[in-house]
Amino acid sequence: MQFHKHTFPNGLQVIAELNPAVYSVAAGFFVRTGSRDETEEVSGVSHFLEHMAFKGNDKYSADDVNRIFDEIGANYNASTGEEVTMYYAAVLPEYLDPAMELLAILMRPSLLQADFDMEKNVILEEIGMYDDQPSFTAYDTIMATHFANHPLGQSILGTKESITALTSEQMRRYHAERYTASNMTLAVTGNTDFESLIAIIEKYCCDIPSGVCDRALPEVKPVNSVRLLTRESSVQQHIMQMGIAPKGTDKRRFAAELLSVIVGDDCGSRLFWELVDPGYVEAADLGYNEYDGAGTWMTYLSCMPDEVEKNLARMQNVFDEVNRNGVTVEELEQAKNKVASRIVLRGERPMGRLTSLGANWVYRGEYNDVADDLQIVRGLSLQDMTELLQVFPIVMNTTVGVGPRKELEAGRVPA
Amino acid sequence: MTTQQFDTCTLDNGLRVVVQSMPGMQSAALTLMIPAGSVYDPDGKAGTTAILSEIFSRGAGDLSARELSSAFDNIGLQRSVSGGVGYVTVSAATTADRILDAVPLIAKMLLKPHITPENFAPSRELVHQALNAMEDEPKQRLGQYLRRCSYPTPFSNPSEGTMEDLPNVSIADVQSHFDSLIIPNDAVLGIAGNVDSAEIQQALADAFGSWKPGTPRQLIAGAVTPSPMHIEHDSAQTHIGLAWDTVPYIHDRYFEAWATVSLLSGGMSSRLFTEVREKRGLCYAISASINTQKEMARVFGYAGTTNERAQETLEVMVAEIRRIHECITEDELQRCKARAKSTLIMQQESTMSRSSSLARDTLFIGRVRGLQEIRDMLDALTVDQVRDFAIEYAPKSMVLVTIGPESLDTTCVS
Repeated sequence: MQFHKHTFPNGLQVIAELNPAVYSVAAGFFVRTGSRDETEEVSGVSHFLEHMAFKGNDKYSADDVNRIFDEIGANYNASTGEEVTMYYAAVLPEYLDPAMELLAILMRPSLLQADFDMEKNVILEEIGMYDDQPSFTAYDTIMATHFANHPLGQSILGTKESITALTSEQMRRYHAERYTASNMTLAVTGNTDFESLIAIIEKYCCDIPSGVCDRALPEVKPVNSVRLLTRESSVQQHIMQMGIAPKGTDKRRFAAELLSVIVGDDCGSRLFWELVDPGYVEAADLGYNEYDGAGTWMTYLSCMPDEVEKNLARMQNVFDEVNRNGVTVEELEQAKNKVASRIVLRGERPMGRLTSLGANWVYRGEYNDVADDLQIVRGLSLQDMTELLQVFPIVMNTTVGVGPRKELEAGRVPA
Repeated sequence: MTTQQFDTCTLDNGLRVVVQSMPGMQSAALTLMIPAGSVYDPDGKAGTTAILSEIFSRGAGDLSARELSSAFDNIGLQRSVSGGVGYVTVSAATTADRILDAVPLIAKMLLKPHITPENFAPSRELVHQALNAMEDEPKQRLGQYLRRCSYPTPFSNPSEGTMEDLPNVSIADVQSHFDSLIIPNDAVLGIAGNVDSAEIQQALADAFGSWKPGTPRQLIAGAVTPSPMHIEHDSAQTHIGLAWDTVPYIHDRYFEAWATVSLLSGGMSSRLFTEVREKRGLCYAISASINTQKEMARVFGYAGTTNERAQETLEVMVAEIRRIHECITEDELQRCKARAKSTLIMQQESTMSRSSSLARDTLFIGRVRGLQEIRDMLDALTVDQVRDFAIEYAPKSMVLVTIGPESLDTTCVS
C-alpha cells in the first residue's frame, strides 16, 4: 500500500493509495460543495447539478457518457450530501484512462437548456420517491429542525417549488463558483502506478478552472423542539432524535464512533437488548455523524404508534445510564473488535477505501491507511470514553416524528 | 492474476462444503444455505421461516442470547441469518485469523437454537413489526405482491410472512420447521478468504459432523394469484411492477436470458433507462432483473413515477419490453458483456460476495463456475442467439401490479 499526493497548478489535489495486489482501480472527485453551500433561492441545485454532470459536453453527448462508462464495464455513480458531492468510477486497470476522461467531463458539463428541462422532471420524481419513504422524510425534517437557521439544515433534494423555479442560469452560476479545481480532491485507490496516473490526470484535468471558494462554519445552536408530520395512512410511527456530538475535526470522533456502536448498533448494543430484542420496536439505533464544524448524535426509532412514549422512555433510560456510568471494559473491547473487522472488510475493495480516503482528506487533510485506523481504534481507553461523555453526553435536543400521531405526551420527550 | 482454486468435500451427513482460498485477502467469509425458506411454510402459516430466523440469534446450546452475541462480537464476526423464499441463509465474515474460532459458534447457533416460549413471542412480534414497516414502504410491498401474482404457490410464499397468517403460527410450527427442514442433506456451505483449505475443512467437519440428516421435502406447484392487481395507497408516486417468465440459472439458455434483461436494464445506456428516464424524464428509479429460484425464474420490472405520468411510463416500459428482440447491435451486447466481466473480476476483491457465489452455484448447478468458464460463456454469446431467445421467450402476457392512489389502464399488458 503506497500513498502519494500531488497538486496541479490549477489547485486540483490528487491523493492516491495504490495497491498492486487488487484487481480494480477506483477514482472519485470529491467536490467540497453541497446543500449547505446553497442559498434559499437555489435549494437543491447541488443535487440537480450532480445529475446534469452526466449530460456531457461538446465532445460527448449524454448518451455517449452513459455508453462509454458501460463499454468499459465501469461501476460508476455520484452522490450529493450536505457538504460533499462525489463522482466515482471503479474499473479494471486497463480502462483507467477512459474512465478518467469521463470523470473529468463530469466536472465541466455543458449544462444545456434542453437537458436541464428534461432532467428537472427526473429530479421531481426523485423527490416523490423519497416522499414515499418515511425514514427519509424524518431525516430531512430533523436536519431542518435541529439545524434551523444553520446551513446544515438545508435540504439536499430541495422542494418541488424550489426545483420548479430553478433556472439553468442559476445552476451555471453555482457551478462556476463551486466547481473550481482548488475546491476538489481527486482520490484514487487500487491497482495503478502513480506516474502513469498523473500523466492521465494531466491530460484531462488541467483545464478545470482555478479559483477559491469557502464556506461559513457558524456555531450550531439547536433550540429544543418536537415536530410531528402527521401521516394518517402510515402504520408505524417513525421517530428521529438529534443531539450535539464532536465535530468532524475533533479527535474525540473515534470515541464517538465506538460509543455509538456500544449504545446503538443494530445488533448486540444496549438499545438492541432493551428495545429490539424484546420485540418492542421494529428498529432502534443510535448513530454518530460528523460534519464540517459540527457533529450529531442521531437516533432512529420505528414502532407501533401507541407505543412511542414508552419506547422513548426506554431509550432515555439507556442514555441516562451511559451518561452517568459510562461503558464497561467488555463493551469497549467488543466494539473495537466489531469496528476493526468492518474496517478490514471494507478496506479490501478499492471502492470501499475510496470513500474513507477522500473524506479524510477533504475534512481533515489527513491520510490514514487501514493499519493507522486499526491502531487508533485499538488504542481507545475507558478514560477516552469517559472524557467524551463529559463533554458530549447523549442528550437529544430535537425530536421529529412521521406517522399517524398528532402529538406526543408531554414530559416524555425533550422540549 | 485471477487464478482460482476451489476445494470441495461432502461430509458424511450430506453437507457439501466448498472452499476458495484467497491468499491476498485479510478476511474470510462464510455462507451457508439451507433449503428451508418460506416456500416450505405450512399452508395458512406464512411467517414460520421468518420467526425461526429471528430465533437463531437468541441463544444456542449452553449460551444465552447475550453470551452468544458477546462470543460473536469478541471475534468481530459480522453475521446474519435471513429467511428467504427458498433458503435460510447464514452469512458471516471476519478477519481471516478468526474464522476458525467462528465455525464452532456458527454451528452451535444453527444446530442448537433456543426455540422456547420466551423467544418465540418477541420473535413473532418482530416479524409483525417488520410487516408493519413494510406497509409504509410501497416499493417493498409491491415486490411481495408481484411475487404472489407471478409464481405459483408455494414458490410465491412471502419470506416476510403475512399479517393474516402470523397469529396462526405457533411455537410447534416453528419447532417442526426446524426439525424437518434445518437438515444438511441439500445444504451447501461456502467459505472464501485467506484460509488454509484443509484446516478449515477439518474445522467444518468437526463442527457440523453431528448435524443429523433428514428427508428433503418435495414441492408441488399450485395456483397463481390473478392479476392485474392494484393496491390503493396514499403515496406520492405510483409504483409499477411488471413480471414475466424466463429461464432459471440452471437452464442451458440462462446466459441468453441474462443478456436479454441486461439489454433492457444493465447500466445507464440500457434501453429502459434511456427511453423512460433519459429521453422522457418519466421517472427516477427504473429497473428490470431476473429473480431466479432453482426450478423457475421471472423477470421483475419496476418503475416509480408520479401519478399523472404513470400511464405513459407503463406504456413506454411495455413497448420496450415487447420490442427487445428488435435491432440488437453487436456494440450493445458487448457493453453487457463488459459490465458482467468487470463485475466478475471485482468480485474477487470481496470474500463475502465470493462465499455467496460458491454456495449459490453449488446449490443450483452442483459445482462452482470459475471465472474463465463464465468469461468463455459470455464471449461465446452472439447477437443471433440473444435475439432468438428474446423472440422465443417473448412474454405473451405480463403480470402487472401497481400501488398508488389510482389504478391504470392495463390494456397494454394483456
